[in-house]
Amino acid sequence: MAVAYTPGLKVSPQTQLRIRRSLPISGEVKVSIGQKVQPQQVVAETLLPGNVYPLNISKMLSIPPAEVPGALLKKQGDYVKVGETLARSKGIFGFFKNELASKYEGQIESISKITGQVILRGEPLPVQVKAFLNGTIVEVIPNEGVVIEAETTFIQGIFGVGGETYGQIKVATKSAEEALTPDLLEESMRGKIVIGGGRMTYEAVYKAIDLGIAALVCGGIDDQDLKAILGYDLGVAVTGSEKIGITLIITEGFGDITMARRTYDLLKSREGADAAVNGATQIRAGVMRPEIVVPIDPKHVSKNAIEDTSAGGGVMEVGVSVRVIRDPYFGILGKVKALPHEPVVLESGSHARILQVETLDGKVLTVPRANVELITR
Amino acid sequence: MSHNQSSHSHITHKALDLDKINVILATDCGSTTTKAILIEKIDGHYRQTHRGEAPTTVEKPVADVTVGVTNAVTEVGELAGRKFVDDNGEIIRPANGNVGCDIYISTSSAGGGLQMLVAGVVKEMSAASATRAALGAGAIVMETLSSNDKRKPYEQIQRIRELRPDMILLAGGTDGGTKKHVVGLAEIIAPAKPLPRFGSEYRMPVIYAGNKEAAELVQDVFKDEVELKIVENVRPVMESEYLSPARDSIHDLFLEHVMAHAPGYDKLISWADAPIMPTPGAVGDILKMIADRDQINAVGVDIGGATTDVFSVFDGVFNRTVSANLGMSYSISNVCTEATMAKVLRWVHFDMDERELRNRVKNKMIRPTTIPQTREALVFEQAVSREALRLAYQQHKEFATTLKGVQQQRTVGDVFSQQTGGNTIVNNMTLNLLVASGGVLSHAPNMNQTSMMLIDAFEPEGFTTLAKDSIFMMPHLGVLASVHPQAALEVFEKDCLIYLGTCVAVKGLTKLGEVAMRYTVRGKGLDLNGSMNGGELKLIPLWEGETATVLVEPTGRLDVGAGPGRPLEKEVRGGTTGLIFDARSRPLLLPDDRLQGQKMIKQWVETMELYPN
Repeated sequence: MAVAYTPGLKVSPQTQLRIRRSLPISGEVKVSIGQKVQPQQVVAETLLPGNVYPLNISKMLSIPPAEVPGALLKKQGDYVKVGETLARSKGIFGFFKNELASKYEGQIESISKITGQVILRGEPLPVQVKAFLNGTIVEVIPNEGVVIEAETTFIQGIFGVGGETYGQIKVATKSAEEALTPDLLEESMRGKIVIGGGRMTYEAVYKAIDLGIAALVCGGIDDQDLKAILGYDLGVAVTGSEKIGITLIITEGFGDITMARRTYDLLKSREGADAAVNGATQIRAGVMRPEIVVPIDPKHVSKNAIEDTSAGGGVMEVGVSVRVIRDPYFGILGKVKALPHEPVVLESGSHARILQVETLDGKVLTVPRANVELITR
Repeated sequence: MSHNQSSHSHITHKALDLDKINVILATDCGSTTTKAILIEKIDGHYRQTHRGEAPTTVEKPVADVTVGVTNAVTEVGELAGRKFVDDNGEIIRPANGNVGCDIYISTSSAGGGLQMLVAGVVKEMSAASATRAALGAGAIVMETLSSNDKRKPYEQIQRIRELRPDMILLAGGTDGGTKKHVVGLAEIIAPAKPLPRFGSEYRMPVIYAGNKEAAELVQDVFKDEVELKIVENVRPVMESEYLSPARDSIHDLFLEHVMAHAPGYDKLISWADAPIMPTPGAVGDILKMIADRDQINAVGVDIGGATTDVFSVFDGVFNRTVSANLGMSYSISNVCTEATMAKVLRWVHFDMDERELRNRVKNKMIRPTTIPQTREALVFEQAVSREALRLAYQQHKEFATTLKGVQQQRTVGDVFSQQTGGNTIVNNMTLNLLVASGGVLSHAPNMNQTSMMLIDAFEPEGFTTLAKDSIFMMPHLGVLASVHPQAALEVFEKDCLIYLGTCVAVKGLTKLGEVAMRYTVRGKGLDLNGSMNGGELKLIPLWEGETATVLVEPTGRLDVGAGPGRPLEKEVRGGTTGLIFDARSRPLLLPDDRLQGQKMIKQWVETMELYPN
């Protein structure tokens, strides 16, 4: 079956990245075209209507709803402070009057004679959108947001947890294969984006949180460990809002898996640079992958850099590099050796179109086409 | 406020002369794939002849659904040797020689389908009725609010503010009854200022289907801030439900607002000869039509990557549920979490390392398009599917109930079984037809695997025919039924269903090693009799197009449909699997001990020839 989903993640040493940063509802854009912005700079902000506190005055004072407007000491549009008397019942012959002090601060938005309900609206809530990226504003969408452009080193991960964060890149392991263990983490890594090779262990994640490390980027993670870190079993891959004190990004998959050499080397080449990362992942229609963005100093931008178009799959042909993304050969890298046209019966009994992959150590594997993804070099 | 009761009254389409329709083109725009089928009149009968598919193009960079439609239609055209699309990129009508078609129709679930927020006064009553109306219309219900859902009003408001539904359905109160509660709900929704999912350029559509006397008050609460549509009450009196006005109104607003704001849909709507329906709504329509015509009870299931839909018709009452996070790729990890890994593994007849499996499940979740290469991986996926289907059916049974809150007439006998209504209407003993669709079921390498996934998950009782939707054309036929019922029914009969066979199962607890039932089977070239012990399965060859007369005599208190211990004779239909006798107990109980369980499953796997070498 044809699918719109394209495996293959973008790993690019230099790419002109354009990102759109917008408000959830209309508001004010704080920057202008051509302006240079810093990752944590606010580019747009707005006020969301404040929290709503419904108060059923009729029930609270034990009076019929129709008497509520008469019992209120405030009108629609008035402000009420915490502790201020909001309503008073008439009582019987002037006795047994009940008073109601407001528990909330806000403006009276509506008064209902039908239900006896008063809606109190709290102070508006500010919503700010930060730049995320060190770059230049190239477009302003009035009342909505901006488009920021920058030359960056750009790496997409396969899965992450935790939201946007910033820091300097620091490589902790000696190789792309080496697992990230707690002994490799130290005090000097506080606030940094720490790169590991293979799997990040449970113990390493805990130590990283203790040390105040901003983010960990590794090849893999064990699902059992992720469950322990989150405190629950992740059912659906929609992440980004976890509050675990760190952002975690894996570049390859779950289990003991080496980071792709190219990704590791690229991150290593940018060691010491300031980066922005986001663990938010959404694997649904409109797929979203975690990302590591490292702006390139304009002085070092190569004019001759070839725009890398490794994202979005590309063309599957003999000679291209692929990674197997399903058991029994999960994680194995190789080159496409042949692309037979006719479907083949797999061990599972299914008919599927396959390809032959020649692995780095010269073995030839037969794999369903659906079970590989393209990688660059 | 007047309402036209005929369904799909929404859009005026050209009058069609049904006798002159020879070539029908239908598409279903799914979130990833747009599927096109061609139906032609051959020797006076409608048959599905060709199919094609192409990636859906709702999202960027194309952002125009009609591009994917044109591609899928062009593929069908190439296969059929017909030209469907003219130089302007439009579908040619009417058919003339080898060019064009007579009608073009479509369903859509692209862009995440239709997402709704439902609110009703009492959770078990008006909120349940409103939810049924929304689900029946093909929506995904993101949240159901009610006055008694145990949340504080400010928590409810907070929740509304977090959601971005396509529309809201509000119900509550019987006609002439109390107005206060439903107005109170409106007072919760209005200040939350809900934002529609697609942009802020239009107002949130809100359908009011509650106490008609409160309609004006509700209107006062919402003022002009939403697009309010008032329809007849879903629960005009406590004792009955009236869902079609709300349902039709959902379809109208789906077209007028949601679809119209999705890229390219204005064009698609203008092309189509019938209103575009949400895909699951169309599937429900065709299933209901078949069940009504044949006077049978039917269940249909569609298991996808993210969600599982269950449809049922029992005694003419239609129900649909969507289990939003039960599926085989995006949601596979959630199935394992909800069911627990131990429950999944009880269907596997060999040892598997749980830690390793957990990683494999997550890897499938993050790379959802991969397929099982090894037998081990296939067995595991089919084990997960049994649990996903079982949970989805359980949710369906809990939802498809008689109306709650209704006074039941009681007899003296009821004193011992007092229930306040709200019992499930799903009855596996009276279920006649179980239809499967969705990748894991329809693309299984061996149809016996499909049959067993259905039997293990749904646990049918008595005599049940099993079938699968050959190429998932039920959505297309559902819309076709709204314009040309005869064509839809003919194609359904001849090309849509592939029969797997019939399952005959005893209800009640059987004992291992003791006779549970005796049977005789007579048919063309068949004359068998025998008995089965508790815990056993038996497969008797009975191929597609063949029938046989089966007499079953259950022992003791066991039942096959005629009552405990009573024999029953029926004619059964064959299929790609055949006739399956199941004496494994209902409910189906598997041993807790892993080794004992593996041994038992292994026996069933061998009997049913599930994974032959």
